[in-house]
Amino acid sequence: MESWAIEVAQAALVLGLAPGLVGVVRWLKARLQSRRGAPPWQPYYELRKLFGKEVVVSRNASWLFRLAPYVVFASTAAAACLVPALAVERPLDGVGDLLVVVYLLLLATVFLALAGLDPGSAFGGMGSSREMTVAALAEPTVALAIFALALSAGSTNLGQIVARTLGDPAAALSPGHLLAFAALFIVMLAESGRLPVDNPGTHLELTMIHEAMVLEYSGRYLALIEWAAALKLLLFFALLGNLFVPWGVAVAAEPGALALALASLVVKLAVIAIVVALLETRVAKLRLFRVPELLSVSFVLALLAVTSSFLAR
Amino acid sequence: MTAETAPLLCLLMVAAYLAGAAGALAPLGPRLTRIVAAAGAIGGAVAGTVLATVVLVGGRPLVVTVPALLSVGGGLALRLDGLGAFFLILVGVVAAPAALYGVGYTAAYQGRYSLRWLGAMLNLFLLTMSLVVLADNALTFLLTWEAMSLTSYFLVMTEHERADTVAAGSWYLAMTHVGLALILTAFVLLIPPDGGASFAELRGAAATASPALRGLVFVLAVLGFGGKAGLVPLHVWLPRAHPAAPSHVSALMSGVMVKLGVYGILRLALDLLGVGPAWWGALLIGLGAASALIGVLYALMEDDLKRLLAYSTVENVGLVFIGVGAGLLFVSLREPAAAVLALAAALYHAVNHGVFKGLLFLGAGSVAHATGSRDMNRLGGLIRTLPWTAACFLVGALSIGGLPPFNGFVSEWLLFQSLLPAIGSTAPLVAPVMTLAVGALALTAGLAAAAFVKAFGITFLALPRSAEAGAAHEAPLTMRLAMVILAVLCALLGLGAALILPVLGGIVAGHAGLPRLAPPLTAGPLLLPPGGAASMSPSLVAIGLLLAMGGAWLAVRLLAARGLRVGETWGCGRLGQTPRMEYTSTAYAEPLRRVFAELYRPTEDLAIEVHPESRYFVQSIAYRSEIVPWFERYLYAPLVGRIAAWAARARVIQSGSAHAYLAYLVVALLALLAISLAWSG
Amino acid sequence: MLFSKIFRTGLATEPLAGDAAAITVARELEGRTRRLLGRALAIREVDAGSCNGCELEIAGLGGPVYDSERFGIHFVASPRHADLLLVTGPVTRNMEVPLRKTWEATPAPKLVVAVGDCARTCGVFRGSYAVVGSVDRVVPVDVFVDGCPPEPADILRGILTALDRQAER
Repeated sequence: MESWAIEVAQAALVLGLAPGLVGVVRWLKARLQSRRGAPPWQPYYELRKLFGKEVVVSRNASWLFRLAPYVVFASTAAAACLVPALAVERPLDGVGDLLVVVYLLLLATVFLALAGLDPGSAFGGMGSSREMTVAALAEPTVALAIFALALSAGSTNLGQIVARTLGDPAAALSPGHLLAFAALFIVMLAESGRLPVDNPGTHLELTMIHEAMVLEYSGRYLALIEWAAALKLLLFFALLGNLFVPWGVAVAAEPGALALALASLVVKLAVIAIVVALLETRVAKLRLFRVPELLSVSFVLALLAVTSSFLAR
Repeated sequence: MTAETAPLLCLLMVAAYLAGAAGALAPLGPRLTRIVAAAGAIGGAVAGTVLATVVLVGGRPLVVTVPALLSVGGGLALRLDGLGAFFLILVGVVAAPAALYGVGYTAAYQGRYSLRWLGAMLNLFLLTMSLVVLADNALTFLLTWEAMSLTSYFLVMTEHERADTVAAGSWYLAMTHVGLALILTAFVLLIPPDGGASFAELRGAAATASPALRGLVFVLAVLGFGGKAGLVPLHVWLPRAHPAAPSHVSALMSGVMVKLGVYGILRLALDLLGVGPAWWGALLIGLGAASALIGVLYALMEDDLKRLLAYSTVENVGLVFIGVGAGLLFVSLREPAAAVLALAAALYHAVNHGVFKGLLFLGAGSVAHATGSRDMNRLGGLIRTLPWTAACFLVGALSIGGLPPFNGFVSEWLLFQSLLPAIGSTAPLVAPVMTLAVGALALTAGLAAAAFVKAFGITFLALPRSAEAGAAHEAPLTMRLAMVILAVLCALLGLGAALILPVLGGIVAGHAGLPRLAPPLTAGPLLLPPGGAASMSPSLVAIGLLLAMGGAWLAVRLLAARGLRVGETWGCGRLGQTPRMEYTSTAYAEPLRRVFAELYRPTEDLAIEVHPESRYFVQSIAYRSEIVPWFERYLYAPLVGRIAAWAARARVIQSGSAHAYLAYLVVALLALLAISLAWSG
Repeated sequence: MLFSKIFRTGLATEPLAGDAAAITVARELEGRTRRLLGRALAIREVDAGSCNGCELEIAGLGGPVYDSERFGIHFVASPRHADLLLVTGPVTRNMEVPLRKTWEATPAPKLVVAVGDCARTCGVFRGSYAVVGSVDRVVPVDVFVDGCPPEPADILRGILTALDRQAER
């Protein structure tokens, strides 16, 4: 019973924290641009406003367009339930491993890409085509990075990987882990639509990837999609934080350990948010056809991670 | 039903197919011909499926021998064990909906092509496919195999008036007979000099054969059966022949017949040859990975819906072979638990692919039936006019894209997990092979998702790109029903994975040094691969997805504003939207065409016509882009050219005189007698 | 290099040109947007034929000095995401239909603020064969912001007035 309470609390926490994380990244970027910026909780206001607005749907759009936001949100939320944000020993740990998380996120991407095509707008088609290109090329990196982690942990289950690194702290600094971290970090930038792959702040349709697909969405549908996007960002941050630097994750279901886990999660998210904000200030967006080069760099990193894990055994 | 009914069921299956074939040829009205042909096929498919289930549940193989028939090769011998039963179920599960679909689909053929011939060939095709997996000696196997090839060739040739159909048929006929020659050689090499050719005797002969001979037989089998399965580089006939056939036949060829190539390799390598060296598995993994990648890369570039599906068959067969290869590798490394998992994953993907590819081909058939076109650049917007087809095709596309909670996701997950036990192994070959396999598997999965977003999105969404697509109509009831059955199967095979996987484990257990009892692969609703601690439950993931969706819908319904207004698509305020503004199939694949330009070597040709007064007034723009067909151009074209040259030289001995030909016969006969005397003496 | 420069520069955002009245405007604006639209206002800018003078000033809104984002105002790429249309220039014949379509594409509740003298009077372009007329001949305008071009602070004030009107309705 208690473990289920933790499970629910964790899911609620992740869902609730996600918009705030996007707000923090935006606020940090504003500060780095010498602006005062909106407060970190601004995305909550935006979501509330969008849920209260009217929806305008294209005449050419089918039922798929109206179904897609729910599928996108549900599959991202389902993935969120599988990621160990606070505790390791969880009833849901066995339901899905890291691969399931990746495939659930791919399901969300596919539905968003289909919804981009549905109204027949050229922008939507463009965004959809680009998003699937990036997703397809990011896939092997993710799989190989998972493979590298599984090689040292002996499992692709998230709880198992975390527990294994907790038990053997030296593993966190092994070259296999470090290379897999670097590879997944690049993939995280690509998958969650950050610079240098996609610019979350762009207003120019021709440079868009994610934004171009959702140009048609408004009101509550847009709110669901934006929330899901924020959740995806948080999931990647939490995976990077908890899989590679697992200290702080609660092993036992005690209030003290959980409080520590919450604090460490917030610190990890903040650190990664700062890194991402600094990076987004420093680098320019890559041309679309340079993105595959970046992704092949991450692929090679993941390949090296697997190789070094094999050699280190 | 007890095991005693098995022979009766077998008889019933053969009788139903034969009755269907005979009934189709009988002088009935066209409508009745269609129904009779389908009834025979469905009856045979159901009987076959029940027979296979009885054998699987009873655990006792069915044995039927008719020594009087085919007495030269040891008589007609049939035996159905677990492995055969699995493939017999695959035949039945796809054949019944496909035959049902054919009732409505072939109505359009009335008066153009022979419905009688089509119905009879369909039944014979299904019968021979069922008998291939029942064959228990070399001669029975080879004869049914060849009969299967020939009947499917006639089915491919149904729309014989089209030039590309004839070309496709010729490719198919040539490739399948090269394959037959290789398989024949493999069997002949295995037959002991003083023994018969029953599978039991072959098994015994293989156990004592030299490693070199076993290796040669294996390679010949891989080339022969791999050609049928569509392994790169023997796949070139497949994207030609499968789309040329009527759609329900395409579904059977892509969904089922290619799997019999897999069956052939499993029967030979796992059953007859037994434990082999590690390079067997590595070879299959390499070929599988190459097929998966090349198949999906060409599928992505395809604008013809059915050709896209055919290339994706090459891809999925590659995935199955990665699993089979991993299984053989683990068998030779003496890791039975991992081997059982890998082989079970391969079988799971084989049946899944049969179901969703069958479904997708039937969906593509409905599209062609409704619009008369398979070119995606002329389709679009069909989700409104063909709602049933669209929903079913979407299920198929999600399944083949490996997305939860459908069946493709489960088998791809299992394939990934079956590559992981390589961790424990210290054999030198394993590390690079497995890393390659994981990378190829993942890239394939991502690209397949992109290809099927394109296939579904361009065909069914947005505005119709041509008048025919705009005037489309939904398919008749029989066609819709067939698609719904297969779509439901896609969901059930995904959700019921925890019930299905142990059965598959039981099928592969006992072969080639594997333990008689498969290790436990599941625990309650969880799939639990042995060794690794990873686990997954597709049914619970599906429940979670549905709960999250329902929760989100309810919360939005209760808390959010309800207003909804229908307006125009936003296009930056342009005056109107036309289908010309939409992304096309070619445009959708353009980024990936550029990324993989080294492989595709796209040639682009842009012709702009301008008004004579000013070059700023463009009158028409024509854009053509083609990609290099590597295998056809650099492998097959020189080969075919060489053969044609030799054939021209051999024409010298063709005088046209009957006396000369008789003389050749006598010389050849004498030469053969001399050789056989020298051999035995 | 870049980061040391950022660090030395510090915050460049001004409290609206030091004008006490302007600060009050900003505070009020913050309060109003909070009440009306959850303190989040998404703006889609439409150039209906402007000379781009107004665009320069609007671009200033997002920069470090005026930093409209601190009030929860941000610019979006699609009218579907927008709450307010910021229209500039006299409406030219070619932009008449696009402007109307943009207004139709925006989900309710929505506001229109017309920026610059041209938007109200057509300015020097009045009577031109290429001009349809002022913005309110095409779409209902909530507030006109005068000036050629108006200062960013004036534009902010105009947005506030529009939000006021919305509240009264």
